[in-house]
Amino acid sequence: MKRLVILGAGTAGTMMANHLHKSLNRPEWEITIIDEKEEHHYQPGYLFLPFDIYEPEDIVKTIDEFIPKDVHLVRSGIDKIEADSNKVLLSNGDVLHYDVLIIATGAKIAPEEIPGMQDEAWHKSVFDFYTFEGSLALRNKLREWEGGRLVVHITEMPIKCPVAPLEFAFLADSYFKNKHMRERVEITFVTPLSGAFTKPKATEALDHLLAEKQIHIESDFAIERVDSINKKIVDYGGREIPFDLLVTVPTNKGDECIERSGLGDDLNFVPTNKATLQSLAHDNIFVLGDASNIPASKAGSVAHFEAEILTENILRFIHGEPLKEEFDGHANCFIETGGGKALLIDFNYTHEPVEGTFPFPGVGPLRLLKESRMNHMGKLAFRWIYWNMLLKGTHIPFVSATMQEAGKEF
Amino acid sequence: MEKQICGKVIHVNEEGYLTDLNEWTPEIAEELAKEYDITLSPRHWEVLKYLQSEHKNNVPLSIRKIGKSNVVDIKEFYALFPQGPLKISSKIAGIPKPASCL
Ligand SMILES: Cc1cc2nc3c(=O)[nH]c(=O)nc-3n(C[C@H](O)[C@H](O)[C@H](O)COP(=O)(O)OP(=O)(O)OC[C@H]3O[C@@H](n4cnc5c(N)ncnc54)[C@H](O)[C@@H]3O)c2cc1C
Repeated sequence: MKRLVILGAGTAGTMMANHLHKSLNRPEWEITIIDEKEEHHYQPGYLFLPFDIYEPEDIVKTIDEFIPKDVHLVRSGIDKIEADSNKVLLSNGDVLHYDVLIIATGAKIAPEEIPGMQDEAWHKSVFDFYTFEGSLALRNKLREWEGGRLVVHITEMPIKCPVAPLEFAFLADSYFKNKHMRERVEITFVTPLSGAFTKPKATEALDHLLAEKQIHIESDFAIERVDSINKKIVDYGGREIPFDLLVTVPTNKGDECIERSGLGDDLNFVPTNKATLQSLAHDNIFVLGDASNIPASKAGSVAHFEAEILTENILRFIHGEPLKEEFDGHANCFIETGGGKALLIDFNYTHEPVEGTFPFPGVGPLRLLKESRMNHMGKLAFRWIYWNMLLKGTHIPFVSATMQEAGKEF
Repeated sequence: MEKQICGKVIHVNEEGYLTDLNEWTPEIAEELAKEYDITLSPRHWEVLKYLQSEHKNNVPLSIRKIGKSNVVDIKEFYALFPQGPLKISSKIAGIPKPASCL
């Protein structure tokens, strides 16, 4: 018998378990998936929790309800991968041999990278919303906050869901308007990039929205430290931005088990072939989701497109066939813009987000790069799709893994 | 796009980044640096050489990586190329604008 091991039962690992349990030949292959957690979190919900749009129970389920019964779920920390001998060492002392390994250990925040970020003010006046704890603490803070300077900040790229901080700023604008206190809040969006987003066309649309909502933008800000006593962030050039409430997205890094295994880059992301999703260092190791270093968005939608292509490549690998170089970096993201509206962007390695309609060329119903109520409904529906289709590896009708070019204005 | 510099014609993209590193010369670098009021010192040259060699080896560049390179720390990098050190230094080095990953 041969063994395929999946590291991490988050979005990407769970999707692979569901795909492979259907397509791998049994009983020749045994599938094992490892995660240290009990709960599966719908991370896009962390964006809505602070504003009382979602409740904790909307975004938390258990891992095992999404893992097929004939896939072996092991609950343990992953200590280390010994790639040269095809072994995974677990924190519970067990050693697992594998024939094929899939790394799906994701990315997480590392506030300790920036001096002062995680001191006494952490989760008191300095918050993240990229963890459940941070997001919940922020909700409680916002419920009683009386106003002042709100700074929404990105530490460095890459981060998961690169539009989430912008969405946070937009939703904050709506939230304070609804609470009739917008005039008591000054919102500043601080980014290491030169504009609101990494891609020029989307940046234009988003810069416009920021101005319309009176959200001030400070670009090219490379943070050196947080001064939580004097309540300001300071960059390497000496620029200072004062805050009363700092909502930051800390540096995102891959898990330490990648570092311990010597398989990562300087941020613990695994160097990966961006078209085949095979690791660059080892033929029998594949990487998907946030754990890889490919230049695509770290997003659940990307992991979904990757999973379809990776499933095929794993079957090819097992049969000794050449891998398909098919992944094109396809990402598809709703961007909440507040006031019950959203934008939708669709892009890949080569095409930046453009205007048009989705998923049917010329028809929609969703409109790319334009604010609409329909897009907002789409974003809310995404949670249902996530729990009921994405994790189970169900193909979403009409949405292909590689990007479709018809109906778009390049 | 074409750009006249030091009596030579070089090819640049719409943001002014050289599209062909082979067209780059130290004189061109000095001219480009002037556009940012920078006079190139030996320290500047060390950084520019490092950036070019990383680029030739296809290493994606980031401020973090440069800070850990032992060539220059981030503080000095900012002092050498104020405001947007990575964007400015890459332009002067004649290499593409580093893509911040999505
Ligand atoms: C605030 C926010 C908003 C977002 N919004 C969107 C959105 O609107 N649309 C979208 O598409 N995406 C969005 N995302 C991104 C999306 O959630 C992630 O891209 C996706 O979850 C990545 O899946 P993954 O499987 O790679 O990682 P994860 O889902 O994070 O899973 C990694 C798993 O590995 C396990 N693990 C890691 N290391 C170890 C170890 N050493 N031992 C044992 N287990 C380990 C973890 O416990 C975890 O369960 C958002 C993310 C955030 C934070």
